[in-house]
Amino acid sequence: MDRIDQILSDFQQVNRDALIPVLQAVQDEFGYLSGESLEKIGAHLRLPASKIYGLATFYSQFTFAPRGKYHIRVCNGTACHIDRSTSILKELNKQLGIVDGEATRDGMFSLEVVACMGACGQSPVIAINEEYYPKVRSSAIRGLLDDIRMKHS
Amino acid sequence: MPEEVHTGSIKQLIPEFIEKDPKEYSPELGELIERLTRRKILKPLIMVGLNTSGRIAGARRVFEAVTGYLKERDIDAEVAETGAIGLNSEEPVLSVQLPGRTRVLFINVTVDDVQVILDDVFHHTIPSEKLLGQIRDENMDAWQDVPFLDELAFFSRQRRILLKHNGIIDPLSIDAYIAHGGYRTFLRTIRYHTLEEICVMMEESGLRGRSGSGFLTGKKWMVAQQTPAEQKYLVCNAEESDPGAFMDRALMEGNPHQLIEGICIAAYAIGATKAYIYIRSEYNDSIRKLSAAIQAARDYGILGHNIFFSGFNLSISIRKGPGAFVCGEETALIASMEGKRGMPQSKPPYPAVRGFHKKPTIVNNVETLSNVPHIIANGPEWFRGIGTGECTGTKIFSVSGRARTRGLIEIPMGTSLEVLVQEIIGGSQSGHTLKAVHIGGPYGGILPANKLNIPVCYETFRRAGAVLGAGGILVLDEKTCVVDLVKYFMGFMKHQSCGKCIPCREGTKRMSELLDEITRKPLAEDQHDTLEKFRGLMQLEKLADVMRDTSLCGLGQLAANPLISALRHFREEFEEHIFDRHCKPNVCRELRTYYIDVELCTGCTVCAKRCPEDAIIGTERHPYFIVPDKCTGCGICKEVCKFSAVFYN
Repeated sequence: MDRIDQILSDFQQVNRDALIPVLQAVQDEFGYLSGESLEKIGAHLRLPASKIYGLATFYSQFTFAPRGKYHIRVCNGTACHIDRSTSILKELNKQLGIVDGEATRDGMFSLEVVACMGACGQSPVIAINEEYYPKVRSSAIRGLLDDIRMKHS
Repeated sequence: MPEEVHTGSIKQLIPEFIEKDPKEYSPELGELIERLTRRKILKPLIMVGLNTSGRIAGARRVFEAVTGYLKERDIDAEVAETGAIGLNSEEPVLSVQLPGRTRVLFINVTVDDVQVILDDVFHHTIPSEKLLGQIRDENMDAWQDVPFLDELAFFSRQRRILLKHNGIIDPLSIDAYIAHGGYRTFLRTIRYHTLEEICVMMEESGLRGRSGSGFLTGKKWMVAQQTPAEQKYLVCNAEESDPGAFMDRALMEGNPHQLIEGICIAAYAIGATKAYIYIRSEYNDSIRKLSAAIQAARDYGILGHNIFFSGFNLSISIRKGPGAFVCGEETALIASMEGKRGMPQSKPPYPAVRGFHKKPTIVNNVETLSNVPHIIANGPEWFRGIGTGECTGTKIFSVSGRARTRGLIEIPMGTSLEVLVQEIIGGSQSGHTLKAVHIGGPYGGILPANKLNIPVCYETFRRAGAVLGAGGILVLDEKTCVVDLVKYFMGFMKHQSCGKCIPCREGTKRMSELLDEITRKPLAEDQHDTLEKFRGLMQLEKLADVMRDTSLCGLGQLAANPLISALRHFREEFEEHIFDRHCKPNVCRELRTYYIDVELCTGCTVCAKRCPEDAIIGTERHPYFIVPDKCTGCGICKEVCKFSAVFYN
């Protein structure tokens, strides 16, 4: 059985209430929502895929493209913003050649700006996968990325 | 009594725990409570604050260092995790308690510090480095020359009711919560009180919604309670998405059972048998702890069917919010739970009459619900005794930005804001001057440093042009730009507007454009354009009125608040941006004008080639020159210059 069918079989209750939990479960499994998976969810919940897409784009949690091997999240909460998180983001844009919501062509890195990570006492904060970097400086970004690249060359 | 206190050992004693007065508890129960509350320990106890922000600061590594240290030396001690004590800028926090002695807390602990601290403490001396203080307890021997927490400026003016056990108890242990008197109130409530009694008590207490609405919680409950329906719902709103607000997260991570008990009492009072916690999907640690807390409560029979033979049934489930700021509004939250886009509905009918699945639904915030067990246990008079007549109880603030101490502060309503900012958090960071304080997140307002002498309360804040909101406080110093901050908030609101009401959708966009406009330097601008900009800014007040009067929910109604209050107090800063095209703290990048130092420039041509605006002119091997009118302040020239010849003023 397909992985997606397996997830859907966990949701026996077929109504609109289940839509967001199903989307979350699918995204947790695959990392993003593909067109194919939206159609399958639609068929299972008896909802048109267009409606599901409309809902999914409303919420910031859902993404529609695969993430990089290293997913970099930059916090742009208020505290991080006044501690110049914008220049960290600019540095990442420059170093990786991608903007918010994109992934590098080799699939190594993807970039996301998030609202608040909840470490306002440690601002500015970035996270690479589950590893957090508190009080990070834009001049340190290059070294961080080089370290990761080194590991893979 | 055995050496080890097993988890679940208090479970059998719950009937005695509820029925008897705490003074008449049997020796067995009394001893167990002593042990579980850690007033009596037989081996050393080490606790590390493993809340999200502690983890980000490296608390996990400290925790591992502690376990490694104990294992290496074969020391028999207990290591446990705890929540946030509230000193978020000083994390990781480590605390050590030896049998018979008070607990001592250390801050800013690194992996290398662990050995030094533990070596000293196990030799009965307290190192002065990284020391915070000790927790006062009359039944234990205090350490010499170690300050008590309640003597420190940060804690002495606080009144911690909701945060009392935060950073002290193990949030995952239901036994510890019960030993501190937890769930006694709920279990007594369902035995001895009617639904109306609880609603009346809540109304008398004067507790008002802590998410910013300021509506009387008891009144809301009464409406839902009196609406006949075969099914009612209670929803805990944990969609804390104001940037800079983290008090709900701290409450969920530090003491999840307190919230669960609040939910239980609230559900009972309105006659709901199903409760939901709608929580931000990013709050992984809160979700993990709440799930564990719900499971533990179910195992103890505190949740489920016919709870302690009272005939009351309750189940709590967690719904993960897929991320939309507007879902903090109750009707939008309900729409999201029903699998729709989170768009607000017009009220009335209020959710208390017709909400989730068209049934009476009460939506309360985490902090509001965490207050409930305390109010019912101590009575409404006790609660009214804290705070002022209009605003009762305490309020938790989360302080971030350029403050000396950043973290969580719980103070009685009516305390002066000045006390909070100057005494408790110690003003701005050393070497900087306090400029202003922004309160209430993206729909809040700004108050300059000399106007902080107002009591903390919904009404006084509103009159001063600020909003209490969820209680996020952002401290600004001279290095921050008010225009940039307002632009940031407006951009946030523009992004988060759900698009239902045109005044909000278009208004936030228009305001955002205008602010973008004044923080950017146009290439050719004459006097006329400058005046137009200024006129546009003045007209924003009118636009703000329209948005306030015609938007459905708070997002649109309050979106212009930061701008209006900033214009009121920092008008000269806006004028400086418009007329002088200058940003004093140099935050607005695009207003910077770059210059080339003729002494340092070698005429290598690199900057001229890279300049996207062709604003750099000169001849090779001679110093170059930047045409100020053409420069957009992108800063590429400064980055590429190998001779550090490019600078800005």
